[in-house]
Amino acid sequence: MPAKYHIHTHSAPPRQRPVGKLGIVDWREDCSNCHNCVKRDCVYGFYRDEAKTLREEIGFLDYIYQCKGCLTCVQNCTKGVLTRVVNPEYERLGDKYYTPEIIMSNWYQAETGSIPVSGSGYGGPFSGPGFDSMWTDMSEIVRPTRDGIHGREYINTSVDIGRKLLELPFKENQLTVTPPPLMEIPIPIIFEGVPQRFQRGNVVKCVAKAAAEIGTLFITDANNPPAGVSLDGGYVLPFFASEDVGKVQTTAPMIMIPYSEDVLALQARIKAENPNRLVAIRVDVVPDSAQEVCRLTREGAEVIELVFDPHGREHAATGGRHVRDALRDIHKALVKEGIRDLVTLIVSGGIAQAEHVAKAIICGADLVAIDLPLMIALECRLCGECVRGERCPIDMPDIDEKLGVQRIVNMMGAWRNQLLELLGAMGIREVRRLRGEVGRCMFFEDLEAATFGRLFGKRKVGA
Amino acid sequence: MSITVSASPTVQIDTEVSREVKPARPRYRNEIGKYSIHRDSHCLACGKCVSICPDEVHIRPEGYRQPLRPLDYRCIGFDCEKTDHYCVAACPAGALSLSVNPAFETMGDCRWTPDLIASTWAMAETGKRPPAHLEFETGASGGGFDKLRFRFPETRPKDLRREDISTELLLNRRNDGRPKVKIDVPWYGGGMSFGSTNIRALLGKARVAKAWNSFTCTGEGGYPERMIPYADHVITQVATGLFGVREETIARARLVEFKYAQGAKPGLGGHLLGDKNTPEVAAMREAVVGTSLFSPFPFHSVYSIEDHKKHLDWIAHVNPRALLSAKVSTPGDVDMVAVGVYCAGAHIVHIDGSYGGTGAAPNIAKKNIAMPIEYAINSCHRFLSDEGVRDEITLIASGGIRTVYDVAKAIALGADGAVIGTAELVALECIRCGCCESGRGCPRGICTTDNELLELVSIEWCTQRLVNMYHAWREMLVDILYRLGLDSVSALRGRTDLLMHLDYENATEG
Repeated sequence: MPAKYHIHTHSAPPRQRPVGKLGIVDWREDCSNCHNCVKRDCVYGFYRDEAKTLREEIGFLDYIYQCKGCLTCVQNCTKGVLTRVVNPEYERLGDKYYTPEIIMSNWYQAETGSIPVSGSGYGGPFSGPGFDSMWTDMSEIVRPTRDGIHGREYINTSVDIGRKLLELPFKENQLTVTPPPLMEIPIPIIFEGVPQRFQRGNVVKCVAKAAAEIGTLFITDANNPPAGVSLDGGYVLPFFASEDVGKVQTTAPMIMIPYSEDVLALQARIKAENPNRLVAIRVDVVPDSAQEVCRLTREGAEVIELVFDPHGREHAATGGRHVRDALRDIHKALVKEGIRDLVTLIVSGGIAQAEHVAKAIICGADLVAIDLPLMIALECRLCGECVRGERCPIDMPDIDEKLGVQRIVNMMGAWRNQLLELLGAMGIREVRRLRGEVGRCMFFEDLEAATFGRLFGKRKVGA
Repeated sequence: MSITVSASPTVQIDTEVSREVKPARPRYRNEIGKYSIHRDSHCLACGKCVSICPDEVHIRPEGYRQPLRPLDYRCIGFDCEKTDHYCVAACPAGALSLSVNPAFETMGDCRWTPDLIASTWAMAETGKRPPAHLEFETGASGGGFDKLRFRFPETRPKDLRREDISTELLLNRRNDGRPKVKIDVPWYGGGMSFGSTNIRALLGKARVAKAWNSFTCTGEGGYPERMIPYADHVITQVATGLFGVREETIARARLVEFKYAQGAKPGLGGHLLGDKNTPEVAAMREAVVGTSLFSPFPFHSVYSIEDHKKHLDWIAHVNPRALLSAKVSTPGDVDMVAVGVYCAGAHIVHIDGSYGGTGAAPNIAKKNIAMPIEYAINSCHRFLSDEGVRDEITLIASGGIRTVYDVAKAIALGADGAVIGTAELVALECIRCGCCESGRGCPRGICTTDNELLELVSIEWCTQRLVNMYHAWREMLVDILYRLGLDSVSALRGRTDLLMHLDYENATEG
């Protein structure tokens, strides 16, 4: 049996002062100089450590990032001159999809490699759009479970990329076909191409090296590879514009080409040259992509990358659906035709946190590609200064390569462990079996209809 | 006879507990309220504000010249402007000002809103219904309980008197010769382990259970000796880690609970992180000090209802008078699990929804695994009814029950009663910062095993805060039942016709 797959995490503290949520401020001028200052009583010792932090230059002297929000100092101040506020910088982080909570949580995982754990229940909304209206199921008494956390029972997160035959024809005990090439990677996550605006300094190198360290793939532009990134080796997935195919040499086991109506002719050309090379077709998902994905699959596509926008929506002028719904359509259409296993679906766009990996796979993906979370691991605040051509406020291009790689590795380690938690609770022992497994998932609208719909009639429009 | 146990070398605790309401003031100097009243140096100490404020924001104790700094957490805010006791306008020196307290809105989250936290604090302090300027019935999560409302009839019942309304809950509905245990309120306290929670808070929970003839639960960390005087009101939990489970702890319980899963982390075992595993905790759990204790999931001896029955038979044999409860989480087939639990011989099926819980849990599990309790209650109730066994088992709901309104809604959806956890912690001044699990544990001294931090609360204070909250809840429950024209809480069970959901067309408001 091969060694258990494990992602090695180590502490990788941020280089820049992270943005914290809560701050304690003096809001009245009424200090009585009682010399009994409650700041000294901080359970976490933040104020006590102030001198040490300054003298020995350890970490950041930043009450906002470090404050745990217990309110003890606010409530014990002799004159009540302290209060607590939410940091406006925190509230401006990210956007509606990449919320401040998601960014902070990914930062924490990139720093520690640990799963975020806290007490006192869930504090978020009842449900929400997209992935937030799905709950994964768990096993109770009557179903077999998998005690995956802490490796007590092994759960496999490997996935295969490539075309699988629906049957194996034999003649006189001999296989009469050569099975198509298949690649196995240890986690159902690959790294999306780093957008042009982030291709500065060490950023792409960090992504490439992290992919190699954990044994997954990273997508990169073949025609104009960023400095220091090689198109050779087992971990690179070069993306070729149609006209560039054949012009640039690569030893990569798989290459990616963009969708066009006659993309399969191009694929055939590549295959003619090297039958063992996998070809992935990159498709921007639009509202009626399901039919086209079925056609491509019927006619020989082996790997299709379905690309949604950064918020996980279809490319449409208005009302593009979320991955949750669009992907289920595509998956179901393939299943209906009986050809789902012929093709590997990679879903890209809108995968912002660990739970999205499992949920996208439940909706029908074989694996996912992640984009912005990689930048968040490198401390990005999604402020958009780079889009405007401005200098990066956290100097991301200067990140030390070792630190950057470790932060991405840490985040992936934490994501994988969270995937194991979900799989363990579901009683699923390998992630391949999760694909399209909506039976191990509960959708908001189904539960509503079965409970409140039955009791209270129709749901109000727009509710 | 009253047995005394020592709480600390100097304090003797009377194990008799009264349910009498007594003021239990906040532990902190500056209780956080919605509004802030500031008195500046122009104050003439005339005492006008003290004389007019009915909410006791302004207090001048006997012998003091100056009033104390305003207890502004009691202030009802700008609505007071319309009254004749608005201190800011009445102050002859113009020394008072009213503002919104910026810290208030930073508390809590959309399930436990600042208003719910502050109103729970108010009930724990006074034993009364919270003041009207706080929204104390629902949170702001946008679904489930927060969108459910009661349909109260326009007219008040004629022959019903509040004092005749029963809030009793029968726990044993089987005719199997075991005691027909009844509790006085349709809820009891959830399991919090020794190790996760300050022993003083645990004793407070046990004492309120005794005072109100209800129950609390050991959780999975073993049965501390100091809880023995309250044994008639303490549930012994048997969880997957089997920490501290012994024949004598089973034998002394009137109710034994099997924890198959918990709503905080469905599908995962209990987590006690190493920092909280002190020598006392480790001794109780027969574990090594400082190691993280992750309980397995599930019981590796139970993979079927038949195995589950074997489990229950074991306890039933060890303790012939005990009632048996099975605590399960809320998977998609929770209704089938509930029937299975019945078939195995349990008296109580306790379903724990996915949004609640008090203990350390991976955030991904809290948010995503298993369904919210609101869906599970009705599906279990219906399935048990369809199978013809509904009246032979007690259905208890927990996991996201924050207020007595949630209790009542859970019962109307089909539960017999509820288990509460976080609400009790909030009564003890938890602010839900979520930092319970690591380091020294709870900075507010509630869920900690740190010797210094556990001094932050006393057993008497914990007890009184909980006694007060139970009292307020019961009064409010009686009021709900009265307005619905029901003479007992058991008559509310399954009365979904008395509910509406604001997102559905049957709603008459919202």
